[in-house]
Amino acid sequence: MTQTTTNVDASPVPVKSPLTFLRSHMREYGILFALIAIMAFFQVATGGILLKPVNITNLILQNSYIIIMAIGMLLVIVAGHIDLSVGSVMGFVGALAAVMIVNWDIPYFLAGILCIIAGAIIGAAQGFWVAYFRIPSFIVTLAGMLVFKGLTLWLLAGQSVGPFPAQFQLIASGFIPDLLGGEEMNLFSLVIGVLVASGILILAIRNRNEAGKTGSIEEPFSFFAAKNGLIFVALIYMSFLMADFRGLPNVFIVMALLIAVYSFVTSRTTVGRRIYAIGGNEKAAMLSGINSQRLTFLTFANMGALAALAGLVFAARLNTATPKAGAGFELDVIAAVFIGGASMSGGVGTVVGAVIGAFIMGVMNNGMSILGIGIDWQQCIKGLVLLAAVIFDVMNKKKG
Amino acid sequence: MSVLLEMRAITKEFPGVKALDQVSLSVQEGEIHALVGENGAGKSTLMKVLSGVYPHGSYSGDIVYDGQVKSFRGISDSEADGIIIIHQELALVPLLSVAENIFLGNERAHKGIIDWRETNRRAAELLTRVGLKEHPDTKVDTLGLGKQQLVEIAKALSKDVRLLILDEPTSSLNETDSQKLLDLMLEFKARGITSILISHKLNEISRVADTITVIRDGAAVSRLDCREGISEDHIIRDMVGRSLDDRYPARDPKIRAETAMEVRNWCVTHPLHSDRQVVRDVSFHVNKGEVLGIAGLMGAGRTELAMSLFGRSYGANITGTASINGTEVDLSTVRRAINAGLAYATEDRKTFGLVLDDTIRRNVPLAHLEGVSNGMVVDRDKEAAVANRYRDRLNIKSSSIEQETVNLSGGNQQKVVLSKWLFADPDVLILDEPTRGIDVGAKFEIYTVIRDLAASGKAIIVISSELPELLGITDRLYVMNEGRFVGEMPTAQASQERIMATIVKSGSRPGDHT
Repeated sequence: MTQTTTNVDASPVPVKSPLTFLRSHMREYGILFALIAIMAFFQVATGGILLKPVNITNLILQNSYIIIMAIGMLLVIVAGHIDLSVGSVMGFVGALAAVMIVNWDIPYFLAGILCIIAGAIIGAAQGFWVAYFRIPSFIVTLAGMLVFKGLTLWLLAGQSVGPFPAQFQLIASGFIPDLLGGEEMNLFSLVIGVLVASGILILAIRNRNEAGKTGSIEEPFSFFAAKNGLIFVALIYMSFLMADFRGLPNVFIVMALLIAVYSFVTSRTTVGRRIYAIGGNEKAAMLSGINSQRLTFLTFANMGALAALAGLVFAARLNTATPKAGAGFELDVIAAVFIGGASMSGGVGTVVGAVIGAFIMGVMNNGMSILGIGIDWQQCIKGLVLLAAVIFDVMNKKKG
Repeated sequence: MSVLLEMRAITKEFPGVKALDQVSLSVQEGEIHALVGENGAGKSTLMKVLSGVYPHGSYSGDIVYDGQVKSFRGISDSEADGIIIIHQELALVPLLSVAENIFLGNERAHKGIIDWRETNRRAAELLTRVGLKEHPDTKVDTLGLGKQQLVEIAKALSKDVRLLILDEPTSSLNETDSQKLLDLMLEFKARGITSILISHKLNEISRVADTITVIRDGAAVSRLDCREGISEDHIIRDMVGRSLDDRYPARDPKIRAETAMEVRNWCVTHPLHSDRQVVRDVSFHVNKGEVLGIAGLMGAGRTELAMSLFGRSYGANITGTASINGTEVDLSTVRRAINAGLAYATEDRKTFGLVLDDTIRRNVPLAHLEGVSNGMVVDRDKEAAVANRYRDRLNIKSSSIEQETVNLSGGNQQKVVLSKWLFADPDVLILDEPTRGIDVGAKFEIYTVIRDLAASGKAIIVISSELPELLGITDRLYVMNEGRFVGEMPTAQASQERIMATIVKSGSRPGDHT
């Protein structure tokens, strides 16, 4: 017989021992452990500066645009493609916003919407060639990277354009107002943090109970409790820290919403399911009646829109659009997604993983800068971390 | 004449399968030796043992070649002794020139620098020997398949071949090219080159072969000397002569009078070679509750027919009409085909059937996600319930529905593919080689599923290269050869001999080629 199955028993609830479970899910937990370990290391090494309220707030603001783009990139990579143009598109959209708002006096809200539409069209234009003409995405988006770098220079005529109206800057540098009128700290922010953390905890418990009914629980209770307890405490602690400074940044709210929406789309909707299927085995997906061309096209359009949003945030943060904005960001974004466990060949990866990957990169940048490590060694270390993460992935897969 | 090659008691096992069982083969120097047998009988495995693809030590038995016991560790060892194999799928690099291909891996070079003048001179010589007038600089992808086959042979000649093995060399050639190739083999024989010819086309074999070895189920069943005059019927009997025991579930077919699907004048052209028609004017029908079989050799066009019907997943210039349950249907995309009530379970489950890195739970509803969703949102409870239901019903041996399909055995993977299509609830289900590469127990289970589906009123079309299987589970058979339906018979009146005879006698009639 050629059966290679491990458990032929039809027992419906094969809850594994914690150790076996950990071994088979090393990837998902490994990345979370890695983030915690890296944060602990820098917290000690920087003498406690890393987790100071002002630094945590900065960390979020500095990495928001990378995280926004990593969410879109995760979808592109899961679908089996790559987008090298996001840094240039982000710079281009920032320039477009500056020209519209500063030079042409278009109301910033309208300009923002036009910019996101422009980003979606740019993404769609690239996705069109990838999806319908099967031109490799590497090449299409490499071309896009050059084109939009050039167009940014042209649009700005080589100059920096700024400053933006104060209202526009609030996207990136504003904080939510304290509706509860706290004295020492932003109480409203803390309340939101506690509510969100509780909401996530309740959702997790409900999901587990539902899974229990159909007999598809795999995670041992100890893991479930430890993981969700940790997330609960971490979220409350983080919102406490930020509330202690100036409150939750506006961009944090945007980010959190995007993470929630895209996590849901990727894991729970038919569209998400189909994107994983075309990345995992496009031929099998097409023979199951899935329109892989349209999905690929939409994935790129979505990436363009998110790159545009990131461009707005970045321009607002710098308060000026420069011709060099976004240069090289595509590499940070792609690295974050791969550190977060996505597979180069498609079909594998999670939104939360990509976000954690982006935070790992962000914490390392931030921590090493505090320690005064030069940009030269920072680059080397980041490169080695990316390599190590992917090697870990491949070895882990071979064993499994 | 002396014996050039003697393979003694070769046994080769794969996990769970004995592919070759004590096979002996003896080839005389200077003869053309034909190796015949059904698909999967073990011919190709035997040739892979001989050429070192399966290295010494991975099989038992001896290879005696030119009077010495050989232990080939790879193709380069066997090639060094002048044993060259030309596979059914040609191994040429399409974008390199003819000359570059001939000397690939064996370049005419001094200290790593290629001598192009010598390369082209030698290539031109070899091309003349195989009767090709092309310039050595011609790119291979501009040549037709027949000429590419000749380039392969020129490549073999460049290596001082003593024993040339041709695996179904004419399966994709038209009549004229086939004749040329056979003439060339006879010419080689005159020059003292020994050949082993693997072929299904008995008319070709009786034309050129001196000796025939028949392989069946991994064993050499007979050795026939053509000079004594062997009838084709005799060869066919030896090829298929096994009895049907209870490897198939008992059936009580309840075929209904209504037609489930009817296809008229279906024609399909090869997607790349617009001059090759792979399905030619095929018309057929299948009734509700009926299990219909399509028999034929590999390359007959059966898979191409099925995939072109299923949302034009294969081919170009598709013409013809199809109707399901009496109304003409649009099958132009996979989605439309599924919605029209058609499903197709592929012969290659790993490449076309499953998302291997995904779990059973995620694979089963893939063709009908609407069935487990509320609007856009997948209902995970419903999904798990569906996956569990099919896991139980088809007895998919797995730790749970969360097991990744890559870790399942072939039979269980096939059951997941079947589950996917059962959940899509089609009226007509096409199963392409549903039991390829799976063990006997799982086969029986799949046959049982097919029987039960038919009993519930579905129409099932089974494509299979295993004739006993078709005879065991179908109600009616079509025989396909070279893109055409060349015969139709109720299974009750069919036999392996009759099917093989239909194929052989229809094959390559003069004037039949494109």
